[in-house]
Amino acid sequence: MTTISDVDHVQGGERKPVLSLRGISKHFGAVSALTAVDLDVHAGEVVALVGDNGAGKSTLVKILAGVHQPSSGTIAFGGGPVVLSDPATALGLGIATVFQDLALCENLDVVANIFLGRELNPLRLDEVSMELRAWTLLNELSARIPSVREPVASLSGGQRQTVAIARSLLTEPKLILLDEPTAALGVAQTAEVLDLVERVRARGLGVIMISHNMEDVRAVADRIVVLRLGRNNGEFEPDASNQDLVTAITGADENSVSRRASRRRAQQSPELGR
Amino acid sequence: MTDDTQQISTARLLDRSDERVRHADTLGNTISAFVDRVRSGDLGSLPVVVGLIVICTAFESLNPVFLAPNNLVNLLFDCSTVGVISLGIVCILMVGEIDLSVGSVSGFASALVGVLWVGQDWPVAVAIVTALVLGGAIGALYAFLFNRLGMPSFVSTLAGLLGWLGLQLYLLGSSGSINLPYGSPLVNFGQMLVMPPIVSYVLAAVASLVMFVTGYRTAARRRQAGLSASSLGRMVLKALLVTVLLEFVVYYLNLGRGVPWMFGLFVGLCVVMNYALTRTKWGRSMSAVGGNREAARRAGINVRRVYLSAFVLCSTLAAAGGILAAARLASSSQQAGTGDVNLNAIAAAVIGGTSLFGGRGSAYSALLGVIVIQSIASGLTLLDLSSSLRYMITGAVLAIAVIVDSLARRSRLSHGRA
Repeated sequence: MTTISDVDHVQGGERKPVLSLRGISKHFGAVSALTAVDLDVHAGEVVALVGDNGAGKSTLVKILAGVHQPSSGTIAFGGGPVVLSDPATALGLGIATVFQDLALCENLDVVANIFLGRELNPLRLDEVSMELRAWTLLNELSARIPSVREPVASLSGGQRQTVAIARSLLTEPKLILLDEPTAALGVAQTAEVLDLVERVRARGLGVIMISHNMEDVRAVADRIVVLRLGRNNGEFEPDASNQDLVTAITGADENSVSRRASRRRAQQSPELGR
Repeated sequence: MTDDTQQISTARLLDRSDERVRHADTLGNTISAFVDRVRSGDLGSLPVVVGLIVICTAFESLNPVFLAPNNLVNLLFDCSTVGVISLGIVCILMVGEIDLSVGSVSGFASALVGVLWVGQDWPVAVAIVTALVLGGAIGALYAFLFNRLGMPSFVSTLAGLLGWLGLQLYLLGSSGSINLPYGSPLVNFGQMLVMPPIVSYVLAAVASLVMFVTGYRTAARRRQAGLSASSLGRMVLKALLVTVLLEFVVYYLNLGRGVPWMFGLFVGLCVVMNYALTRTKWGRSMSAVGGNREAARRAGINVRRVYLSAFVLCSTLAAAGGILAAARLASSSQQAGTGDVNLNAIAAAVIGGTSLFGGRGSAYSALLGVIVIQSIASGLTLLDLSSSLRYMITGAVLAIAVIVDSLARRSRLSHGRA
């Protein structure tokens, strides 16, 4: 443990990582979803986690959220080793997660969902304060939620995503995990979420963001970590070329993305192709 | 004048800034919002009201004794026993599980009280507490089987249905029934004790007053916080309507023997349960687990503990209902808790508007539903129909209630109301 954090000190300069994973593996039966994955997140840093479908990104996030337990490997958070045995432990440590499937209770209204598990005044719910705080959070995200007293079932996909993000900001977390945070959002809301990620970084929190949208990733990430088939497959600066990133993600120079790109080039300039 | 200030401030209220949402500000809007809600499958207590009107007209035309004050008083005595069991069913349905053994647990509890109190000469209070604690232990056992061994509650409680019935028969032995002493406080409570008229009037007034005061204070806080709130006039109107309705019911019952204390206990339990389900963190967790178990777990809720509380509450209330039934009949018999008790308790909760699919329900659905079920039972008894016919009719009513619930749920899904 000590040797590892010593190494990190050298690599990360003055900064100590908020979160550091070493050799995380996860097996589901015969399938190895993750194999010996290492990952560091420093305070005030946005790490983008990219990879193809089935690369293990969401599994990694679920391990950090306490939903799954790793088969092997160690997790250090805030300087010491931790065991994230269930979601309550992860939340208690200050790890907030926006899941890809959002994990909202459709039968409850927006306020109840935002405060779920963290209600104010447990024996006599303080509905007025909770509703006020909910509106404040949603307005910060420039959300277009018609009413916070309607069940979540009546909201659109994008509105639900905003509710899920608002929920992760409710308690002051130390680390925020965003699994595809902008997938269902409109143009303005996407920009708000990216702004938000930057604001969170400025406050000195760590952010892990999963996204398939390279434009979003480049816009906010300080570091891009590529996973491929459950293993680390390279780390890039945000100004890395698309070619390099795609190669790392797909694992080959010659891949469907490059083939498509060259075909399009050929179509746009038929004289050259001939 | 108050209306004018309301109009002006509406534009700036935090929760009224979205122009796409219609709000029920006027009486006409309120009515049309209600119609919309019903059409989209959010039926609330409408089926109960319609059902009660149909039942009352039908039975009253067949036998004018049906609506006589004393028949209604008897009906309320009968309601309370199944009603308390049904309140437990509401709890377990909220988390999307089921307890099919409530009838057997209630029979077991009534047998236990008979054996301990009359057979073993224990003090009656100790016998009652023992029965309640053992009822809770049965619920804890179901929760253990469910949480740790993954046994579906449907199967474990079906096994319990048979098991606790066997235990009840074993306890009662060859004699088959134990008579509880007439004139004892417990039997008096179950058969005779009614509120003095003045107490019943005052309680009815206090209920509507409390409703008004809490509503007024919430509205004041909301207005102070810049949120929309219902107007004073509407609250006064609502409070007046409730007062008049409650006082009329009490007046009518006082024309007969009066309001049974046992019914008062049942209503009190409903009020407490309603508060717990709607105004506490525990109640929120119950709805959340019933609506989306995995989401609740990821929000940091201890899902196993929520299931434990639901199973334990359900079995404890079933035991309580059994003890009340024993008091009502002045005996602990082999028949207690058998027959239609189980299904009546479940049917009452569903008819009252608690969903079989979890996450939706209210403590008052037990109260409303059991009144419907008991009215049917009472009406059929007055018509001197055999129990064969009663079973068939009650079965049909239960089927209709579940059909309404399923259709309403499908409609809610398609209208985005969960």
